[in-house]
Amino acid sequence: MDFVYDTEQEALKDAIGALLGKAYDSSETRREVTKTDPGWSEGTWQQLAETGALGLPFDEADGGFGAGPVEVAIVAEEIGRVIAPEPYVESVVLAGGLVQVLGTDEQRARILGGIAEGTIVPAVAHTEVGGRYSEQPSAVTASGSGDSWTLSGTKEPVITGERADLLIVTAALPDSGTGVFVVEPDATGLTRTGYRTMDGGRAAKVTFADTPATPLGHAGADASAAVSLAVAKAQVAYCHEALGAMETALSTTVEYLKTRKQFGVPLMTFQALTFRAADMYVQVELARSIVMWATLVLADSEDATFQIEAAQRAKLKVSKAARHVSQEAVQLHGGIGVTAEYSIGHYMSRLTVIDHVLGDGAHHLQSLADSVDDHAEYDPFGE
Amino acid sequence: MKLRLSEEDAAFREEMREFFTTQVPQHIRDTVAARRELSKEQIVEAQQVMNAAGIAVPGWPVEWGGKDWTPLQRHIWHEEMQLANVPPPLAFNAGMIGPVIANFASQEMKERFLPKTANLDIWWSQGFSEPDAGSDLAGLKTKAVLEGDEWIVNGQKTWTTLGQYGDWIFTLVRTDPEAKKQAGISMLLIDMASEGLTVRPIELIDGGHEVNEVFFDNVRVPAENLVGEVNKGWDYAKFLLGNERVGVAPVGATKRNLAAAKDVAKTAGPGGSSLFDDAVFAARVADLENEILALELTEMRVVANSADGKPHPASSVMKLRGTELQQAVTELYVDIAGTSVIASGAGADSDIEDWAQVSAPVYLNMRKASIYGGSNEVQRQIIAGGILGLRG
Repeated sequence: MDFVYDTEQEALKDAIGALLGKAYDSSETRREVTKTDPGWSEGTWQQLAETGALGLPFDEADGGFGAGPVEVAIVAEEIGRVIAPEPYVESVVLAGGLVQVLGTDEQRARILGGIAEGTIVPAVAHTEVGGRYSEQPSAVTASGSGDSWTLSGTKEPVITGERADLLIVTAALPDSGTGVFVVEPDATGLTRTGYRTMDGGRAAKVTFADTPATPLGHAGADASAAVSLAVAKAQVAYCHEALGAMETALSTTVEYLKTRKQFGVPLMTFQALTFRAADMYVQVELARSIVMWATLVLADSEDATFQIEAAQRAKLKVSKAARHVSQEAVQLHGGIGVTAEYSIGHYMSRLTVIDHVLGDGAHHLQSLADSVDDHAEYDPFGE
Repeated sequence: MKLRLSEEDAAFREEMREFFTTQVPQHIRDTVAARRELSKEQIVEAQQVMNAAGIAVPGWPVEWGGKDWTPLQRHIWHEEMQLANVPPPLAFNAGMIGPVIANFASQEMKERFLPKTANLDIWWSQGFSEPDAGSDLAGLKTKAVLEGDEWIVNGQKTWTTLGQYGDWIFTLVRTDPEAKKQAGISMLLIDMASEGLTVRPIELIDGGHEVNEVFFDNVRVPAENLVGEVNKGWDYAKFLLGNERVGVAPVGATKRNLAAAKDVAKTAGPGGSSLFDDAVFAARVADLENEILALELTEMRVVANSADGKPHPASSVMKLRGTELQQAVTELYVDIAGTSVIASGAGADSDIEDWAQVSAPVYLNMRKASIYGGSNEVQRQIIAGGILGLRG
């Protein structure tokens, strides 16, 4: 097992880190950007497109760059480091991921090519109110046959749903199973009502009323397995985004303990505080290990069950670590930690969002608990 | 970044697995699996089997029996040993005094001690802690005064693990009372059969006899038994304690113990039902397993990144978290046992299974893990100060 980036991966990390570090040089810049719709910067998105970051996971034939989960992880981590509001995991990893595994040649060329160039920003309409973390849609149903399909029902919250140039929608198929459809932004019967989310982002209630939709790939075939795998890849990417955010939350807190003075001395004089920072460090390092491993499983294994379980394991650990780290970060800052003016609270906000999309820790723990007695030692090599 | 082991390392792992599961006597591996105390003879036999195969002290210099292995290969060796229920070579010999002698002692001292130390012909004890010098080790008071060609040693050491088996003891003694705390300390090797040296057992909360007090009353030690240079003992001790932290988190054994605990839990419910039918229990075990996985992967990251000889900063996580998880599994065993936990003295005639009988003594005994080897509070201090730069 080898956890070291090669030189090209290091260069990618430096380039994306520099680009995003400049775009979000302060908490104030990020607040300004998130004040107005779409909640992120079109200019920064274009810059990311120019570096190739938006096409990394896609095949060259589809207009991408043929990179893999490791490169995606690197970008997601840099996004998290400055909590850049651009919907990288949502639009590139999850939406792009679904198109990649399910789309026809034509769909892949159009949509993935568009994502890579920055001209198409898709959103995935998957979550349903009352559906909790279920991967089987029921509130939105598909009817039709062949190439002629319509969707009805409501999806919410759909991240970046109002701004999206294209909607990738999961829906219950007439007989059984899950279908995935493409809905154009000007389709009839489509209503999108956007709102702000507490992390500065945007989500929407998206309603379909006999809305025309194009099947992604083979019409009418159950796509549950493909959805699960695409979700697993997005979960791992989210975990990397969370890692970047946790590392900044830790370093910001450490800096605060070094500089903030009370009783005439820096806060780091107090062991009750520094020990808590040490425990934050431990959690970040443990989370990093399991998240990097999950990325290696995505990159090197062909076994979908192993990949999905690895994603669950990473998301469970990140859920626990992110809560610990963000709660302690705010507490160690004191009152300033709960102000909108200062950065640290926004990190907590973003980490709370990441925890609760695509399954929180408790949800994944339940799944792992169901199978914990069917093996002896757990083998991280998947052998 | 790669998930799998290279072909070479996979073959190495096979070789280790084969050795540990076929060459180390079954009675020794059964005792470890049952979480029972090993006898002195069993510990010696296991180490001698490894030493005969040349793999007892891989971390030593090659000329003294070490191996030119990569850090990853050393990790595999350690991991496979634990998964096979093989006791690791005696830490005092293989991990502590051996490397110190190999790195700092005279050629004469190396020749005199290293081969016997590797083969456990000499059983070493550790004489560092004192009643008033625990985490603050440099506050030690046992003193040695040179008289002619002999050091006269007076004082007391404590927490001397398995000192009842010890042939020799490596000690830190104060040789310059005028110098600053750390500067006046030397390392002295003392024959435990010396006149004036007494070992007194300390009974622990599990009822076992594992640690001892060692008293020195005008013990005469030949001057040649001083390691390296006089008053440089603190440097050697820091080197030794640095090594100690690396191997102190037995992740492989914790993993294996959790698997064994899961196995007994499958029939520990009412009427022989599975405890995993209880969702709260199943979730607790799944979470613990995931935490152990995160630690195991951290160890692999640390190992992979230590290739240039410098320890990875995250290695401090290993002692802290490794001992917490080691203890968490002993706590799980106690909870699986239920009321049977009180039957620690029941013996073979009891209907209560052996694993349940030992569960409480092991749980109580293992509280030591977060205290020894630099307590976990010392580890937090190292992380806060050394890694995060938070210096009060």
